Amino acid sequence: MSVARGSTVRSVTIAVDGHDVTVPEGSTILAACREAGIPTPTLCFLETLTPVNTCRVCVVELEGSRALVPACSRRAEAGMVVSTDSERVRHSRKMVLEFLGSSVDLSLADEEIRQWMHEYRADPARYGSRAETVAQPPKVQDELYIRDYEKCILCYKCVQACGVEAQNTFAIAVAGRGFDARISTEFDVTLPDSACVYCGNCIGVCPTGALVFKTEFDMRREGTWDESRQSVTRTICSYCGVGCNLDLHVQDNRIVKVTSPLDHDVTSGHLCIKGRFGWRHVQAGLDEPEAEEG
Amino acid sequence: MAAAPSSAEREAVDAFLGSLPAPAASGPPPRHLLLPALHALVDAIGWISEGGLNHVCERFGVPPAEAYGVASFYALLPTGPRAPVVIHACDDIACRMAGADRVVAVLEEVLGPAGGTDAVTWLPSPCVGACDRAPAAFIQRTNAENATVDGLAPGLPVERLLADLAGREGTDLAIPLRSGSVRIPQIEDGSTELRLLRRIGRLDPARLDDYQAAGGYEALRRAFDLGPEGVVREVSDSRLLGRGGAAFPAGRKWAAVATAPARPHYLVCNADESEPGTFKDRALMEEDPFALVEAMTIAGYATGCETSYLYVRGEYPTATARLEHAIAECRRQGLLGRDVMGAGFDFDIEIRRGGGAYICGEETALFNSIEGFRGEPRNKPPFPTDRGLFGKPTLVNNVETLINVLDIVLEGGPAFAGVGTEASTGTKLFCVSGSVARPGLYEVVFGVTLGELLELAGGVSGGRPRAILLGGAAGTFVPPDRLDIPLTFEGTRAAGASLGSGVVMVFGEAADMNDIVLRIAAFFRHESCGQCVPCRVGTVRQEEALRRFIGGEDEAGLLDEIGRAMGDASICGLGHTAALAARSAISLGLIGNGDRR
Ligand SMILES: Cc1cc2nc3c(=O)[nH]c(=O)nc-3n(C[C@H](O)[C@H](O)[C@H](O)COP(=O)(O)O)c2cc1C
Ligand code: SF4
Ligand code: SF4
Ligand code: SF4
Ligand code: FES
Ligand code: FES
Repeated sequence: MSVARGSTVRSVTIAVDGHDVTVPEGSTILAACREAGIPTPTLCFLETLTPVNTCRVCVVELEGSRALVPACSRRAEAGMVVSTDSERVRHSRKMVLEFLGSSVDLSLADEEIRQWMHEYRADPARYGSRAETVAQPPKVQDELYIRDYEKCILCYKCVQACGVEAQNTFAIAVAGRGFDARISTEFDVTLPDSACVYCGNCIGVCPTGALVFKTEFDMRREGTWDESRQSVTRTICSYCGVGCNLDLHVQDNRIVKVTSPLDHDVTSGHLCIKGRFGWRHVQAGLDEPEAEEG
Repeated sequence: MAAAPSSAEREAVDAFLGSLPAPAASGPPPRHLLLPALHALVDAIGWISEGGLNHVCERFGVPPAEAYGVASFYALLPTGPRAPVVIHACDDIACRMAGADRVVAVLEEVLGPAGGTDAVTWLPSPCVGACDRAPAAFIQRTNAENATVDGLAPGLPVERLLADLAGREGTDLAIPLRSGSVRIPQIEDGSTELRLLRRIGRLDPARLDDYQAAGGYEALRRAFDLGPEGVVREVSDSRLLGRGGAAFPAGRKWAAVATAPARPHYLVCNADESEPGTFKDRALMEEDPFALVEAMTIAGYATGCETSYLYVRGEYPTATARLEHAIAECRRQGLLGRDVMGAGFDFDIEIRRGGGAYICGEETALFNSIEGFRGEPRNKPPFPTDRGLFGKPTLVNNVETLINVLDIVLEGGPAFAGVGTEASTGTKLFCVSGSVARPGLYEVVFGVTLGELLELAGGVSGGRPRAILLGGAAGTFVPPDRLDIPLTFEGTRAAGASLGSGVVMVFGEAADMNDIVLRIAAFFRHESCGQCVPCRVGTVRQEEALRRFIGGEDEAGLLDEIGRAMGDASICGLGHTAALAARSAISLGLIGNGDRR
């Protein structure tokens, strides 16, 4: 995705909402929208992953194209005429948000998702209380993290992060078809029985809180999770010599989760089990009464 | 702890992989053999267990989660215990009108609930491509041939079929499991105007010499005389439009692939025919398999492909077997393989069986399916002619499109273009089913009207039709006062409809349109690949809203909103067309208002 910098890079100019925008050749329409300062909702897009363009919330109208096109993956080509705020675009974005809001539990989703709901006047309630959902119990299978798939919008990011794009473990994939499509291990075996190495990279990319640290999950259940009381400290992981950046999220003097900055040039936000979960051992040492469990 | 395969499972997979010609390099088999290996497992064992899948994964070096994702995509590859005999009973549109509900009732009564694990079980199925002989079923068997059975009129035939399936093993059945052929009334009438269908019924589909005696392989010889550019020119001049549904000019695709700089080039024949109401490609493949082999050879020659794939619908075992035989015969006679007919051109065809997924007929989903991945469509661009199968320039054409090429090469593009209308050249196959006197496959010259076709089919049974569905589930309903619509690409477009794959389904006075339209909605919901939100959730919301609409609630506005979003924001044609039939049914007043007739 990244465009090589240097004097040889050519640029293309496209019209976005009536204004000419110039971006380096190879850029997406989304990049052009951002260049022009036009806010564009995205769900399945992440700078560090190849676009899968499945959520369709970023669609824009492209002159000459019968259907709308995904801004996040469609390359800008000289002379394109793009509208990002037409009735058709607003309608499709609203419907995508409503479809997700009416079928998935978005209560822990990134704040911006709720802002877009508001911005596009999405009203998931209008499908009625009998609208089918993906409601299901969370998968609590180990002490490290939880998979709560009723919060899953199937953005494919975790599958990408587990596969060729970062971890190369392939512990999870999309299984089933249609509304029954889901993120799954083979035959839905438990995570400890799967190939998972607990790098937690999938947690790092999940936009909806479907994948959460056990600590956060438990604290939310107990009602003690409170982001306003949390501070974030950046450190460098000391387990090996790679030099991954760690952001330690601390509440009441306890580490409650570990993330890694997406823009880090070594990790792109990805870690291994030691960086992601090693603090549990440190923590176990700090919290005397709470002995480490299996 | 990874589950171990049984020895039978191990053997099934190893025997399949061992039966392949030795690969050039050692190492795991290429991933494009994954789907065939999963088929081999199901053919022998009946379903895919953890151990069985693990063995496949070990042989291929594919992660189990991924292989499970692939297997669980396909209706014919069960990932849980399943009876060794499964009757996939069609309850789709034409079969519903012919009493599929009563067939299903008998099956349920005798066999119990769908999806059992005892000796014989049944499952409801989307259209199995035998609508002319409805109600029909596809029978999937472990360690025995699969087959279509048709004419399952409620009562005796179903019960006899069941007695047969339960009482005997293997292929020794009292009712021959293979059904009759596709009905082609014009052949029975001795019509002389047939072009695409002219050999059918006149020659033995197993005999190459029959085919050659009927003029077979003259077109390939002529193609070698013309040279690749010459063939592409004839196809361009013919103005042939694709018959798979999208009506794209064939010549444009051929020229694009022929001149694409990247190598190798691939040819894919789309024989996945799963659009409800369609059975034309089945007839061509079952009755005239050598013609398809010859046409593919010409296409490969003209566009610079040495390797081609023929992706046949998984529910078409007879077509698959006959094509396999035809390909083997042609290899033996030097018509496939190295140096075809001594012309210095290498070309071969590999058959791939679909796994029971309508979406795999979409060309880019088809590529993913062949490559051993989930049959999820890719975003376009890039287009197949640029980056298709294995990321290489690929020509993908429908069976009927390719068969047309034989005559184009023989008589020349301009002569072909002289038949039909200016914008729709040649002849077209139409799959006529539902409330007509003589359902079946018809070939007519472009320009014939809907009314004339129905007349050819013996007229509507039971008086005036309520509506006609053009183009299948992805098509639109037209009212009975529009029998004047010319059945051409431009004529149907002007009428706000489309020819699609050539489906003409007639609904008589007695048809329960609410039930039909709900079945279409259920079809799309079931067949959505699930990748994109507008279609994955939209098809579910559409079905729910339709139910309320039919129950008398005012949901027309919501249905319109859902339909617009699916049409605008979905990735592929499935989502784009999933609301067409329902929306046309509403605008024609065919459904709703609490009408429960
Ligand atoms: C959901 C869906 C299903 C399709 N199924 C088929 C099919 O079964 N057979 C086919 O030839 N084309 C099918 N198509 C059309 C193909 O994508 C493609 O356009 C066609 O194979 C090209 O061949 P043609 O140009 O010869 O028609 C389907 C398209 C969609 C969107
Ligand atoms: S924790 Fe790492 S290995 Fe395990 S599923 Fe997530 S990304 Fe894959
Ligand atoms: S679990 Fe999270 S990251 Fe994975 S697909 Fe679902 S929403 Fe996306
Ligand atoms: S439109 Fe439907 S079938 Fe096509 S990619 Fe999207 S979910 Fe899959
Ligand atoms: S962000 Fe573009 S399709 Fe999801
Ligand atoms: S075979 Fe049953 S509807 Fe086509």
